[in-house]
Amino acid sequence: MVETGHFALVLALVLSLVQSLVPLYGAHKGDARLMAVGGPVTVTGFAMIALSFAALTVAYVQSDFSVTNVWENSHSLQPLIYKFTGTWGNHEGSMLLWVLILSFFGALVAAFGGNLPATLRANVLAVQGWIGTAFLLFILITSNPFARLVPAPIEGKDLNPILQDIGLAVHPPLLYLGYVGFSVCFSFAVAALIEGRIDAAWARWVRPWTLAAWVFLTGGIAMGSYWAYYELGWGGFWFWDPVENASFMPWLSGTALLHSAIVMEKRSALKIWTLLLAILTFSLSLLGTFLVRSGVLTSVHSFASDPSRGVFILCILTLFIGGSLALFALRASSLTAGGIFHPISREGALVLNNLFLTTATATVLIGTLYPLVVEAMFGDKISVGEPFFNLTFGPLMIPLLVVVPFGPLLAWKRGDVFAVAQRLMFAFGAALLAVLVTFLFIDGASVFAALGAGLSAWLVLGALTDLALKAGIGNVALDMALRRFLGLPRSVFGTAIAHLGLGLTLLGIVGTLSFEKEAILVMKPGQVLEISGHSLRFDGLTPVRGPNFTEDRGHFSLLGANGQPSDVIMSSKRFYPVRQMPTTEAGIKTMWLSQLYISLGDETGDGSVVVRVWWKPLVTLIWGGALVMMVGGFVSLMDRRLRVGAPARRKSAQAKTSPVAS
Amino acid sequence: MTRKQKRLSVIAGALVFLGAATALTFYALGQKASYFYMPGDLQAATLQPGQRIRLGGLVENGSIVRGQGTQVEFGVTDSEKTVKVRYTGILPDLFREGQGVITEGSFGTDGEFVADSVLAKHDENYMPKEVADSLKAKGVWQETTQ
Repeated sequence: MVETGHFALVLALVLSLVQSLVPLYGAHKGDARLMAVGGPVTVTGFAMIALSFAALTVAYVQSDFSVTNVWENSHSLQPLIYKFTGTWGNHEGSMLLWVLILSFFGALVAAFGGNLPATLRANVLAVQGWIGTAFLLFILITSNPFARLVPAPIEGKDLNPILQDIGLAVHPPLLYLGYVGFSVCFSFAVAALIEGRIDAAWARWVRPWTLAAWVFLTGGIAMGSYWAYYELGWGGFWFWDPVENASFMPWLSGTALLHSAIVMEKRSALKIWTLLLAILTFSLSLLGTFLVRSGVLTSVHSFASDPSRGVFILCILTLFIGGSLALFALRASSLTAGGIFHPISREGALVLNNLFLTTATATVLIGTLYPLVVEAMFGDKISVGEPFFNLTFGPLMIPLLVVVPFGPLLAWKRGDVFAVAQRLMFAFGAALLAVLVTFLFIDGASVFAALGAGLSAWLVLGALTDLALKAGIGNVALDMALRRFLGLPRSVFGTAIAHLGLGLTLLGIVGTLSFEKEAILVMKPGQVLEISGHSLRFDGLTPVRGPNFTEDRGHFSLLGANGQPSDVIMSSKRFYPVRQMPTTEAGIKTMWLSQLYISLGDETGDGSVVVRVWWKPLVTLIWGGALVMMVGGFVSLMDRRLRVGAPARRKSAQAKTSPVAS
Repeated sequence: MTRKQKRLSVIAGALVFLGAATALTFYALGQKASYFYMPGDLQAATLQPGQRIRLGGLVENGSIVRGQGTQVEFGVTDSEKTVKVRYTGILPDLFREGQGVITEGSFGTDGEFVADSVLAKHDENYMPKEVADSLKAKGVWQETTQ
């Protein structure tokens, strides 16, 4: 089975090479048969990689320690779910998941791309093939997950305890669906450059892929953030860790791409810029892959680092980023520029969005790479952390968030800011009220907190105002408004929901950062801690034996008003003997939108234990808001306009009128 | 305004914005990046009072002293020099004697290092990369096998 997996992977490489070259040559020569090779080869390649991945998964589930990779990252006593997710809880396996998802997206383009112009489809599949070839070579040469170990050990070395969590089942697959999803946008961009032709139909095709990738990436980042929050026991949700930044940069530029693609689709403007963003977004995904795999940065995510891997990925990175940008430089001037528009308009607002988002991406990029540059040039080791990002990223985001509600309300071509401002009066008034209420009635509220709460309210109400106005509530009879509301295009709903989610996330961040209460103390059994109006009693530690760990479980009771326990919270310190590694299992109690978070420290000897307790108001909104954003993206994806069949009719009509320029 | 003037003003606006963002970024890099030192490097370094740095090394054997409540003191050493570090809070899971750590904070007036965060992140060798690199450079690195 293991050898079958290895063999399937080699076959996939060969298929990927065919996919890289034949359709491209066919498109160049205008040979329909050669171009038609692309589809079946892509789908077969996906099947081969899926087979290979299945083989590795079976080896993991069966604890086949004759496979080096399984031996290094699994243990027979591990619960089944972690044996399964352990498949991608290591460098080799996660790379295999990476190419599996890449080929999955390629297969989707092949399967649903029937109504694409034949040459565009052939070129897109070929570019996907190049990426696939590069990474399959990388896996086979430097990171073979199927290498055997002779003699086979009796027992494995266990999966890293931090990864023994349900988060591993969700976070990497979602994140890779996002990262790699942008490869489709990249392939479309490069294919357009190869053909030297780009039109609104192209944007209609690229936008759903961007949306889908963006939805997954949003989910992947949010899930990773929540996982780090509860698993590491530090109670933080974002650390500006280089690897977090590596996933955040494609998100920022992907968000910009999402917005500029709207302008391109609706107004045929910003074509070249959209193309460049598509290239940059996937380039940032590749950069992220490099940063995580090469071991050049210290972070919680460090994989086993091996210089040959770093160099290989650096070569892939240079080849793809350099190559695509060179192609862009050569061909972009031959693309026709788009229409001109007034700065105060929907297009203008979206350009502003792009300006802020790409600048923010650049600051995150600089902050992430600066330590590497300094170390390479001067040998000094420095770290760029939260203070830097607060000073640069923060000021860039605030004005952007302020103008978000204006965007969807401005008209295309030429908008009227004053009219829009009038319509937003209600949202503005309510936001002002939120500032005042926060500042006056909540103890310890800083100006920052009050303004943050106001900004969140502004975003949420601005999004609702957009929906209300578009439905005509207040202008037409209520039943008419309701009918209009239900008849609004899904993309309008999607926009409003996503912007609303952004407001919720901001509210969560502001609430947690400004009103968080923290207590670090030594607690004796029976001792009661008062924190933010909650009484928490420590009831003592009991040793517990898990399947592959032992733990000291701390029992805490949440006391009600009458002094009786109303709820129990458990927080423990675990020890995994195979890896000799302790972990902290935080005890978290969610109350409405807020959480009480308990993390255990060391025992002091007499049964007392160091305890760190946080009261985190509104913290769940941080991830809840991200979920809402995902829903928004998903709803937008369901828009009729973006349905796969929809562009076909218009495009064939357009193809007749616009001659192929080459 | 003519169309050309309009376009120019938009471009000028964007350039001013980008210029401001660039200036802010470089100012922030100069101010907010914290340098990494091993105890032996400190003499050569010129530190402003209160300047935040990251101090890395090995936790000196037998140096951990627990004080009142959650206070703890320990020595961070690179086998050349040792610096006393004071910290209040919960030490990370992987904190132990002989383990590589990175502490972040600044020197107090009494010459003791007051840390507000202690990291014992790890790669396979249970050693932060900066600490491992510096120890290798100083020739006190020992390859350990698990």
